[in-house]
Amino acid sequence: MSPRLQLSGITKRYANVVANNAIDLTVLPGEIHAVLGENGAGKSTLMKIIYGAVKPDAGTIAWEGVPVTIANPARARRLGIGMVFQHFSLFETLTVADNIVLALENERTSVELSDRIRDVSNRYGLPLDPDRHVHTMSVGERQRVEIVRCLLQEPRLLIMDEPTSVLTPQAVDKLFATLRRLATEGCSVLYISHKLNEIRALCHKATVLRGGRVTGDCDPRHESSSSLARMMIGGELPQTQHRAAHAGADVLVVRKLTLAADDLFGTSLSDIDLSVRAGEIVGIAGVSGNGQRELMTALSGERRQDEADTVTLLGTAAGRMGAAQRRALGLAFVPEERLGRGAVPEMSLAENALLTAYRKGMVAHQFVRAGVVRDYAARTLRTYGVNAAGPDATARSLSGGNLQKFIIGRELGQHPRLLIVAQPTWGVDVGSAAQIRQALLDLRDRGGAVLVVSEELDELFEICDRLAVIAQGRLSDAKPVAETNAEEIGLLMSGVFIHRDGEGRYLRPDSSR
Amino acid sequence: MMDHAITLLLLTLAAGTPLVFAALGELVTEKSGVLNLGVEGMMLVGAVVAFIVATTSQSPWLGVAAGMAGGAALSLVFAIVTLSLHANQVASGLALSLFGIGLSAFIGLDYVSVIIEPIRPLTVHGLPDIPVVGVLLFGHNPLVYLSLALFAAIQWFLSRTRAGLVLRAVGESPQSAHAIGISVVRIRYLAVLFGGACAGLGGAYLSLVYSPSWAEGMTSGRGWIALALVVFANWKPWRVLAGAYLFGGVTLAQFQAQGMGVELPSQYLAMLPYIATIVVLAIISRNAAVIKQNAPASLGRPFHPEG
Repeated sequence: MSPRLQLSGITKRYANVVANNAIDLTVLPGEIHAVLGENGAGKSTLMKIIYGAVKPDAGTIAWEGVPVTIANPARARRLGIGMVFQHFSLFETLTVADNIVLALENERTSVELSDRIRDVSNRYGLPLDPDRHVHTMSVGERQRVEIVRCLLQEPRLLIMDEPTSVLTPQAVDKLFATLRRLATEGCSVLYISHKLNEIRALCHKATVLRGGRVTGDCDPRHESSSSLARMMIGGELPQTQHRAAHAGADVLVVRKLTLAADDLFGTSLSDIDLSVRAGEIVGIAGVSGNGQRELMTALSGERRQDEADTVTLLGTAAGRMGAAQRRALGLAFVPEERLGRGAVPEMSLAENALLTAYRKGMVAHQFVRAGVVRDYAARTLRTYGVNAAGPDATARSLSGGNLQKFIIGRELGQHPRLLIVAQPTWGVDVGSAAQIRQALLDLRDRGGAVLVVSEELDELFEICDRLAVIAQGRLSDAKPVAETNAEEIGLLMSGVFIHRDGEGRYLRPDSSR
Repeated sequence: MMDHAITLLLLTLAAGTPLVFAALGELVTEKSGVLNLGVEGMMLVGAVVAFIVATTSQSPWLGVAAGMAGGAALSLVFAIVTLSLHANQVASGLALSLFGIGLSAFIGLDYVSVIIEPIRPLTVHGLPDIPVVGVLLFGHNPLVYLSLALFAAIQWFLSRTRAGLVLRAVGESPQSAHAIGISVVRIRYLAVLFGGACAGLGGAYLSLVYSPSWAEGMTSGRGWIALALVVFANWKPWRVLAGAYLFGGVTLAQFQAQGMGVELPSQYLAMLPYIATIVVLAIISRNAAVIKQNAPASLGRPFHPEG
């Protein structure tokens, strides 16, 4: 039997990096094949080459034993290659059926297609309403649309690019069941991820990439997480130091925060209660799009509240204060979008440091003290091991992980009483992620209060003292990490706690049963 | 009185028609995510080319076709510059308008005081003689009927056909469209050319029907109003139509007011259609949710397939 897909010597160079260097990869029919690697290892480039979105500089591709040139995505789809993107390729203002009809070449009306959508989606346990508009759907539902859209094309190779980063643990189980079923029907799956335990649970084979090269080939079912990690990062997984918490007085108190969405595609917040004490890290878990963005703008001061006492910062009613006033009280904030909100892309690192740390002696009599600004930026680069040309490098020139280290370092250098950080390690390589987590723990140990919003459950369990869950704009009560588990958090993430008792508190499902 | 009202209605439609053509064409262009600010220039080139061809060939309909071709040719320049060479759409569109204004004045120099036989209203014998309804239904110029047919066709195309769906998808997210195998650049080329041809048609209507003559800058800003119409109409064809006739109606009203000797400088009266159209449309189009649902999200942004 000839392999479904065989890549030999695939090479792709960009201006100054070799994204893929002589990569060989063989996928058999019915095989779930993992491509494992850190961010920047070349996984995405390789997938884009297979899907025809990027042309390789060298190398050959054989499809079912026949050499092919995949010039564009349309050609890939005609061959039978489907791809579910990490950042979805859906059209928000259109309905599910319209989105799917667009991808199918021989379909004219979405009406007759609706039945097929219902049929296929139910068969694979991915229920969908064809008439809903995509912008009303959760991220998990959108992924379902992408998958069903691929399945309707009856693909023989399905590429999944980091599919679980947006799913609850329960949804991940469902997805895996779907993929296993597809594989038994003869469809091959290329599964892109950096999550070792998922790959060990799901995949028949793994190809490991590091720095654009294949560094290993294995059966992940017979490997341990640390042996896979060695192949992936060329060393041991870094561990963080977690000391016992000594929580002090309340630093941030949120009472009955209700906020209408400022955007048609946004989420309204309702009745959010939350407190963070000195010397503790509180985590907020949840699938993105459940109100995290709105909560962050409400806490940072980008959107002010009507009542001053909705948000209390270090004993001061701060609800009506803007971002600058709240920062003056001792708040530091690291938003989810690094370029654009966390840093100005075109400005130098020094100028970006000035933007939030100007209170650190950088301004005298309305004049900027350039030396102080540069020193602060240079010190941040040194302390946090940021890989950058220097304080004059533009923020845009840094990789995601390095920029995040710089932004967090810039905020920590202001010795905040409260640090609010959204998605601290999103798109950051394993080594830098461990460093960032350690920095957050260190701030906590020095008596700082930290609020972390993240989609990575493993990360939250690693660093947090208490955990709350946001779902559909509501926040569950924060619970000590030791008293909960991933399964319970996963249930809460899917919004199962919308019941309240007599005192207006949310009731949570009992995890012991 | 009744006759007077009917005449006004006829004239309103006549005055709004160039805007209907130009704005509907621009709507299709923008729905694909391309902002072509060159409408004024394309209308003028369409007007002058149509006029020249009609006078030399003695065939007004050949003139109409030539006007469309002229507008499309100018838009092709824009398409090459912005879609193939990835130039900034706003700057290129403004340049296109200025270029079209100058070019039309230049090639029209010898035709400024030439008289032409306008395209006549359809005269199906007897039909317009039916009281009231007759003139309203059958008394229009053929190009007015064409504009209404164009409106119906675009409405149907955008909401009912697969090609229309593809066009909207490209305008909303070219990256997603490319990822599922839609040829974004080809569709945008077609949309820009269609917009150019429609603007040229609007110009041809001005120089062959509305005021059968050629004068430098004879569109007097209608291209810019067409652009504003599309935005304030939230990219909905029927609102474009309504806005165009509002403009036509107020144009007429201010002519009447001038004729009756209203104590206002004529310059102020001449401003009225522009101000009224923009104010009314701005007021009825403030709903952010409606805008988000209808506005092409990628409007004005260049698209590179790789990257």
